Amino acid sequence: MPAGTLYRGREGMWSWVAHRVSGVLIFFFLFVHVLDTALVRVSPEDYDKVVNTYKHPIVSLLEYGLVAAVLFHALNGLRVIAVDFWSKGPKYQKQMLWTVVGIWVVLMIGAIYPVLGHAARVLFGS
Amino acid sequence: MSATDHVELSSSSAAYGPDNPAPVIEPPRARTKRTPRSTRTNFEMYGWLFMRLSGIVLVVLVIGHLLIQLVLDGGVTKVGFAFVAGRWASPFWQTWDLIMLWLAMLHGGNGLRTVINDYAERDNTRFWLKMVLYTATAFTIILGTLVIFTFDPNIR
Repeated sequence: MPAGTLYRGREGMWSWVAHRVSGVLIFFFLFVHVLDTALVRVSPEDYDKVVNTYKHPIVSLLEYGLVAAVLFHALNGLRVIAVDFWSKGPKYQKQMLWTVVGIWVVLMIGAIYPVLGHAARVLFGS
Repeated sequence: MSATDHVELSSSSAAYGPDNPAPVIEPPRARTKRTPRSTRTNFEMYGWLFMRLSGIVLVVLVIGHLLIQLVLDGGVTKVGFAFVAGRWASPFWQTWDLIMLWLAMLHGGNGLRTVINDYAERDNTRFWLKMVLYTATAFTIILGTLVIFTFDPNIR
């Protein structure tokens, strides 16, 4: 089989898998997130109590994972749109995937301090 | 001598000719009276288009939301009832959150519908998983919409 025509097991398939997994994770978080926000209609105390669990270091780590999923899904989603609507999209889909991964790594490094800084202060003192 | 004389006809197609034409095979996408009702519309194409259009809007709304909630002004530490009350005092942020809720739930609901269609092979399993999905999606959209519209900063 000539190179470049094999889709399975290559960038195209793995980005599809990652898009799917990140999308499903985000959907389940969104469901929980609407429920926790709905507590503002119960009482300020109940809402604050639940939101305070979001400030626990372990949950901060989960938040970092959520940011990772959202950023990948957003960037790769734009790549999917480019593949579908830009005439040269399919030709450059691999280059676009590595661009997506590059931007994602930079943003994830940038998100370490804002998202995990609070957890570090809780664990190791400020 | 016509051009077709050069073509070697196999035994199955040799019987057909101008006087005895082969039966017409409908293109797979042509819709006939026998096409099931569920595939007579362009629903899947509109779903496909919706995923892309809502996706572009959601990139802006969700990344803005993450910046405000997790990065700016002390990140998640500032979030509490008072913070929510401050933001939902503005119709701009109410509208932002309302559009984000609807688009994200419909985008995610349609995504999960695709995942269920792909992996649940038994008809019954697929049907019931989708019913659970539609119920949860409708419940979440209605609950979230009510919360945004009925929010009362002086609840206590």
